[in-house]
Amino acid sequence: MLHLVNRSPFEERTIDACLRVAAPGSAVLLYEDGVYAGVRGTGVAGRLEAAAREMRVCVLEEDLAARGLQDAALVPGVHRVDYDGFVELAIEYDSVTTWR
Amino acid sequence: MATPARKRFLWMSRRAPHGSVQAQEGLDALLMAVAFEQPVSVVFLDDGVYQLKRDQDPARIGRKNFCAGFPSLGIYDVHDIYAERESLALRGLREEDLLMPVRVVDSAALGALMEAHDVVMSF
Amino acid sequence: MVSEGPAQRQSAESAYHFAQAALAKGHEVIRVFFYHDGVHVGARASTPPQDERNIGAQWSALAAEQGLDLVVCVAAAARRGVLDEEAGRRLDQAPAPGSLLPGFRAAGLGQLIESGIDADRLIVF
Repeated sequence: MLHLVNRSPFEERTIDACLRVAAPGSAVLLYEDGVYAGVRGTGVAGRLEAAAREMRVCVLEEDLAARGLQDAALVPGVHRVDYDGFVELAIEYDSVTTWR
Repeated sequence: MATPARKRFLWMSRRAPHGSVQAQEGLDALLMAVAFEQPVSVVFLDDGVYQLKRDQDPARIGRKNFCAGFPSLGIYDVHDIYAERESLALRGLREEDLLMPVRVVDSAALGALMEAHDVVMSF
Repeated sequence: MVSEGPAQRQSAESAYHFAQAALAKGHEVIRVFFYHDGVHVGARASTPPQDERNIGAQWSALAAEQGLDLVVCVAAAARRGVLDEEAGRRLDQAPAPGSLLPGFRAAGLGQLIESGIDADRLIVF
């Protein structure tokens, strides 16, 4: 399953809920304000790094760039994808759910 | 009205009941899935567990008591109703605080439940 | 499904970019359902400042170009004043009630559930 998270980790606990529940082997895509969670050096980076060892964690390139983070170092194990990659992820996994 | 194809729907409710209409509109969507004769399971987690709190009196703030309908979901053949253990514990809610009996499951079981459904929507 | 309003969140924009990318790859978008505050996207009366993108108008244009089915939830729209009184009375019958942008129609939640049954993926933005 592909899990979508669009909330800033500093505003809501959405990413915590997603990482607590998502089964190992699933994928998480951070988009919109969710991309802030994927950047290296924040207070939630450790949590993301641990998650990235159990599942595939991606960050949406367009939303990073919009926020001035196009060149930001990401949490180790976290990958960039663009909208084409987003579509491919949605196909690769059997279903898609949004943590909103 | 029933469509021949069947999908297993998992309806996840993550919002507190009265601060927004989100949860109430989510229930409307759930009842519509039931009307389409699709198998539906229901999970309350995060602030959604507050919807299960007994003795709610939202008339005091001019809101509809839509949560009072949850115990009747069985009439519509919705029998698989879950609440996440971690969400209840974090909010200090015990099972006797709830307006109906539900199946309390931990996060890992919930993750497996999500994988076992075709359409997982959170409201 | 677009679940949040254009003034609160990015949902309508993200869904738009996703739909464009999916269509460009040859996928079919059978329906876009606007629910919760997302119904505001279809409101004809919304006029953002001229130097800002009007996402509702862009959805309209994409619908015209690609033949998309844009559906605003009638109950959610009526609750938020997005549907006018006359449109509220006509409910499902109106192809494009006066208060909605071209290409949008108002219909019930059944359209969302039907999409969930028929589509290979239902994605909520």
